[in-house]
Amino acid sequence: MVITFSGVLTGILFTPVIGAILILLLNPERKDEIRTVAAMTTGITLLLALGVFFGYNTDDANAAADAYVEARDAAAGNPDEVETVEPYFAFEDHVKWIEPLGISWHLGVDGISAPMVLLTALAGFTGVLISWGIEDRTREFMAFFLLLVAGVFGVFVAVDLFVLFFFYELAIFPMYFLIVIWGWVETREYAAMKLTLYILIGSVVALVGLLAVYFKAGPVLQDLGRDYSFDFVDLHVAAQHGAFDTPFLSGWSAATTAKLWFPAIFLGFGVLAGVWPFHNWSPDGHVAAPTAVSMIHAGVLMKLGAFAALRVGVQLLPEGAKVHLPWIVFLTLINVVYGALIAMRQRDFKYVIGFSSVSHMGLVSMGFATMNLTGMTGAGLQMFSHGVMTALFFAAVGMVYDRAHTRDIPSLGGFVNKLPWVAVAFIIGGFVSMGMPGLSGFVAEFPIFIGLWDGPNFAPPDGFILDNFGYYGIIAIVAALGIIVTAAYVLRVVGQVFFGEFNAERFPDVPPITIFDKVALGMLLFWLVLLGVYPRLMAPMIESGVRPIVSLLGGG
Amino acid sequence: MVGFSTDAQASVIAILPEILMVVLAIVVLVLDLVWPRERRRELGYVAGFGLLALAALLWLLDLSPTGGLSDQLLLGGMVRHDDLSQIFRVMVILAGALSCLISMGVPSIRAKGDYYAILIISVIGASLMSAAADLIMIFLAMETTSISLYMLAGYLRNDERSTEAGLKYFLFGAFTSAISLYGLSLVYGFTGETNIYRLGRVLATTDLTEASVAIALGLMIVGFAFKISAVPFHFWTPDVYEGAPTPITALLSTASKAAAFGLLLRVLLAVFPPSSLVAALDNVRDYSDLWVQLAVVLSVLTMTLGNVLALVQTNIKRLLAYSSIAQAGYALMGVAAIATVTSGDGAAAVAYYMFMYVLTNTLAFGVVIIFANTTGSEAIGDFAGLSRRSPLLALAMTLALLSLAGVPPAAGFIGKFLLFRAAVDADLSWLALVGVINVIIGLYYYLTIVKVMYVDRSPDDGEPIPVSLPYGWALGISAAGVLLLGTFLVTPFIEWANRAADALYVLL
Repeated sequence: MVITFSGVLTGILFTPVIGAILILLLNPERKDEIRTVAAMTTGITLLLALGVFFGYNTDDANAAADAYVEARDAAAGNPDEVETVEPYFAFEDHVKWIEPLGISWHLGVDGISAPMVLLTALAGFTGVLISWGIEDRTREFMAFFLLLVAGVFGVFVAVDLFVLFFFYELAIFPMYFLIVIWGWVETREYAAMKLTLYILIGSVVALVGLLAVYFKAGPVLQDLGRDYSFDFVDLHVAAQHGAFDTPFLSGWSAATTAKLWFPAIFLGFGVLAGVWPFHNWSPDGHVAAPTAVSMIHAGVLMKLGAFAALRVGVQLLPEGAKVHLPWIVFLTLINVVYGALIAMRQRDFKYVIGFSSVSHMGLVSMGFATMNLTGMTGAGLQMFSHGVMTALFFAAVGMVYDRAHTRDIPSLGGFVNKLPWVAVAFIIGGFVSMGMPGLSGFVAEFPIFIGLWDGPNFAPPDGFILDNFGYYGIIAIVAALGIIVTAAYVLRVVGQVFFGEFNAERFPDVPPITIFDKVALGMLLFWLVLLGVYPRLMAPMIESGVRPIVSLLGGG
Repeated sequence: MVGFSTDAQASVIAILPEILMVVLAIVVLVLDLVWPRERRRELGYVAGFGLLALAALLWLLDLSPTGGLSDQLLLGGMVRHDDLSQIFRVMVILAGALSCLISMGVPSIRAKGDYYAILIISVIGASLMSAAADLIMIFLAMETTSISLYMLAGYLRNDERSTEAGLKYFLFGAFTSAISLYGLSLVYGFTGETNIYRLGRVLATTDLTEASVAIALGLMIVGFAFKISAVPFHFWTPDVYEGAPTPITALLSTASKAAAFGLLLRVLLAVFPPSSLVAALDNVRDYSDLWVQLAVVLSVLTMTLGNVLALVQTNIKRLLAYSSIAQAGYALMGVAAIATVTSGDGAAAVAYYMFMYVLTNTLAFGVVIIFANTTGSEAIGDFAGLSRRSPLLALAMTLALLSLAGVPPAAGFIGKFLLFRAAVDADLSWLALVGVINVIIGLYYYLTIVKVMYVDRSPDDGEPIPVSLPYGWALGISAAGVLLLGTFLVTPFIEWANRAADALYVLL
């Protein structure tokens, strides 16, 4: 039964699937046709995604957020008369799917996921361009790559949490194939298995948490004239009516559903976001993956984890978030500083970028953990900015490696003359990574640090020994050290790989990069600069998505 | 007292599938006599498509009777004709049909009429197990399946492994069914009834010591545990699966297991009902805690041991044997969930899970047969390069393995999801978490096979593997089923499973 159907998001989701099926029907020897189909498919999704991004009406979203915050405030004064307010989603597709279980095909984007859709489309399109030179089983590569892209889209646009989970799992298995078949020969089997098992453990733990939430919400929803449902909107309504603030097991009054299951859900999805100490799969996975897959993986897939943790964890269980995020922020601090320090120590070019992702993704989770408007908006921007930046980094690393056949930093050098495009792209990416003003990294990281310094809007939970301001302030100061280390390792890599002595004997033949590579690099650079000089393009949109969440966490 | 319907038409309809299968078995035997030798290879088509048509007929025609329990208990209470019996019948008949089709590629059995006839008889037994509602019928149905499967497992008389498998299966089976029979006789002795629904009423209202009921229950369960190869009654499984002709391994791991699960659900709820279901009676005693705890223990042991032992296997059939032990452990989670929450989630989850498992396992074994026929090997390492030799076969195997592992879009994802959901709903979140850990262990060895097929190279990379027509049918049907059950056909099948589960809870 169709409730609403705009078709745009379903279109974005199924275009890559149809592309993959078409590619599987083509003759495997006609590689250029296969590549063209893949490029066209991702090109269409990119156009659709641009449509979603620019068609997203921030004013409507803000109006909805105003009404939402107002209703929340009214409810806070009068707990008996809770007014039901539904979260706002644009471009909704809502069709009943598995009715007996309360599962529907419900897609939509809010201010946080709209930029993520654009990011996925960008990484998908540039990923196909970068992979133009893959000759081994091109057909299978492109088909799996398109399926991976479809899975990632699915998570970002899912409103029904079963659909979210379905695509979350669906994204994992093409990933395994792409790494294990086309990855770096030395470590691919180990890395692919490690990555798959880590992510799957996290996701199924989160699934059990999701089921616990579903069963707690059911009776409350039935009282409200709804039914058991995996739909985020319904579960959110149940949360407003206190479904998750009652004891999970009777007689165990301190452990409400929210408090008990928040860590399982947040950290379960957090595995994919690389939260320390569950980050271990990520550098290995990134290094072993072929270039385009590293781009999708570090650029987009890790955001899936952060996004799902935010949507299922923080948005449904805000009371749990208030209790647990103050200690989780400490884990993210370790991410930021430790990730940067380890990146400093690497000799392998690609491992540097791999650990830098761990460090930067720590900033995203840290931004969520600030639980205030500035910090969370910064986290949303950082998801986009880091996604584009890391895709750029991995593309550059891949181009150097394809020509030098080594990633050992000390033996590289002087590539700026041979590959000027790559060098410029990498250096600008490096500036973004350091948080240089005028580029997107600054726009994203600065608010995170301000938010962190401010700390959450509510009084610290009972028994929390550290005073709220002092604790978050110290975290902010220590985290800032991570930025300094970042600058150090980025400059070290730039200095040793692109400048210095070029070893003409070791690298006799360094062909220039192709036009496809240039287009890909140019598209990624464009967004980094655009966002840096014109943050209003994205910041208000993300803010409109963050405001309702912040109001759940005790802020206005 | 529950009455039995004597409606002649309903009685015939209730056992119509069995009647038609008897006819089919006779037709196969007659054709075996009259057809010339070279045509006999097509007997598999007759048996396979005959059963397939029957399964389709049962699925499409809604033959289940309306009315209450007494309208559904037919033939003197021997069988109950309800949605639960329908869904399990369709799956065992489907499993039989696919087994017939994949038998057509095994040279030593493909032209044997008696082989197909015995196979059909074992399906008749499994089909009756799904409907049995009387202790006598339960035992007869289980023995009909078992005895014909003993013969089939040892059918390759010149193959030592096959004869050993047949004998081993027979010894284990005879032993456990004797123990089980003792349990059944105890229950009969306590109550003086053989119809399980009458028996359950008497048992629930009679003053018995808990220990005596526990002993009877424990003895009865042994027979079921053997059929579903639950730990610690699993020892026969790897050896028999490895030695038996592969189509029979497929049948053993699907039809006989699925039917045993259907029967287990029915017997546990009918004979030892939770008090909420028979609240209308006076002085009700609730023994359901006993079997819920038993199912929980069996589930944890079965899935953990199955998965851990599968990790070290190098023969694909042994690996699938341990994997099928683990799968039974997952399904037992659903069995453990049927008593506490009577919304039917647990039973529906088991029904759905077994349905998708029948298709998935047949798909996996089908690929194994084709591969073994061409290369003569069942070692996992020899699957190297399969993706280059036959991309479609590799894809089919991958689909089967992903489904067993529970990865979308294969049906196994929905199946596992339903089981975990049922467990969480029954306040067994910890059991769901144990299941989750097991899924991860399972994923490791399933993915290892996938890796071997796609990444490793072999010297025979260039030689394609031919797929004959009957295999095309069998693999096509099961692969399509696995995909559709995971995506577009989820709703109708869940609704069917829910109806089946609802029927299960009608005890009075």
